Amino acid sequence: MEKLLVSPSPHLHTKTSTKSLMRDVVIALLPAVVVSVLFYGWSELLVLGVSVASCVLLEYLITKYLLKGTCTIGDWSAVITGVLLALNLPATTPWWVVFIGAVFAIGVAKMTFGGLGQNLFNPAIAGRVFLLISFPTYMTDWTKPQGFIGNAVTDAYTGATPLGLVSEGGAGAVEGMDYMNMLFLNIGGSAGELSAVALLVGFVYLLARKVIRPYITLSIWATVAVFSGIFWLINPAEFTDPLFNLLTGGLLLGSIFMATDYVTSPMSNWGGVVFGVGIGLITMLIRYFGAYPEGVSFAILIMNSVVPLLNKWFHTKKYGR
Amino acid sequence: MGKFQLITKGLIKENPTFVLLLGMCPTLATTTSAINGMSMGLATLFVLVLSNMAISLIAPVIPDKVRIPSYIVVIATFVTLLQFVMQAYVPDIYETLGLFIPLIVVNCIVLGRAEAFANKNGVLDSALDGLGIGLGFTCSLTLLGVVREILGSGSVFGFKFIAGDGILAFVLAPGAFLALAYLIVIFRKLTTKKAE
Repeated sequence: MEKLLVSPSPHLHTKTSTKSLMRDVVIALLPAVVVSVLFYGWSELLVLGVSVASCVLLEYLITKYLLKGTCTIGDWSAVITGVLLALNLPATTPWWVVFIGAVFAIGVAKMTFGGLGQNLFNPAIAGRVFLLISFPTYMTDWTKPQGFIGNAVTDAYTGATPLGLVSEGGAGAVEGMDYMNMLFLNIGGSAGELSAVALLVGFVYLLARKVIRPYITLSIWATVAVFSGIFWLINPAEFTDPLFNLLTGGLLLGSIFMATDYVTSPMSNWGGVVFGVGIGLITMLIRYFGAYPEGVSFAILIMNSVVPLLNKWFHTKKYGR
Repeated sequence: MGKFQLITKGLIKENPTFVLLLGMCPTLATTTSAINGMSMGLATLFVLVLSNMAISLIAPVIPDKVRIPSYIVVIATFVTLLQFVMQAYVPDIYETLGLFIPLIVVNCIVLGRAEAFANKNGVLDSALDGLGIGLGFTCSLTLLGVVREILGSGSVFGFKFIAGDGILAFVLAPGAFLALAYLIVIFRKLTTKKAE
């Protein structure tokens, strides 16, 4: 940093920087990472390793040799993209598919738009959706690999994800499913969808460190709960209940870590609420009526694209007016 | 402008796909493979040359107020002709391209050349102009088709070089936009360097 800073007032000094904020997000993701590695074992470690390494390496290569600008890997944002991308994929994903996802996330969704701060879409989500439509077979293969901890706890739910079962067999297909099990080890799905508690621990940490504000996340949860509550009360045989919808799929991972991404979410609190309601609505519409069993990633991408409009409509009131 | 330049300008300086960004609908929709892209380009080339020639001949007698409908009638005639020829000799490609063959009628490249060039130039010049623009369109569509086929299916003109599927997104609509966007970036990069 330069010694003399020339800038208009107010002159506020803070230790917070992009780097420290991003590092906090990585710390908040650790519980989910640890749980997924313990549960899925070496194959998850490989996915994580390839994803983080290729994201950082690609950002380095692109900034250094293609754009010939300053290298931005020091701000930890590529690490976050790598971790989130890995948590968004099944642990069985082949390494080269993970690499293609990283190329899309960093190369297309982030650097093409001008790097951190300019990207319209969350890179990790964009990478995931690209892989989902490109490699549907790998991306919906939920065979459970050998983990480091016992498999006895979980034998009952290997195979399709809870949401996948609902999509095929209606709400009745998951009748006997144990919510405690979902809360701690939500079997089947992407690596990061494993444990709701681990994700919630990360959420509390982010709130306590004031890295994110809770409006977006809470409004997503509220919308999903209300929407599914109404449908569940009307017809419990066909539609799943609110708690099930909150705990399954990528909802927690998406609402805590990806919808709240600084760059791709609205700046004001009210903008954030509208953004969250939109994500919740689209998610539930896709889950109940869409062709895919899960819609969080699509919902976040769609709402990402209206963020500039939300910023225009809900800007902070100027002081004194 | 020399006769030769009339042909070459369509390839680079006034490339309909990468520079003028005309005819985006068939460009995005039909380039799922190299052969489809090339067929679409050649079909458009055929209509473009003939309609340019016909319009340059009859332009002096068409009243100004009804010129656009008249051009459309001329173009539609050649498209119908093309449709029958393709149906008779290349039924497979005719089936694959489907609706996009009749849609050449409203292709803005064809109408654009009629309006911008053919109605104020001679028959030979108009034919060469149509040939140049048509060749540019064909080359761009073939290139886009090759890129999408390599990435999306792992083959070139139907010859597989990797086992299994490619990156499926490149055969689908999002891949069309992505591939086109990056090709335009590369095209601009290469052509602006040449100009400096």
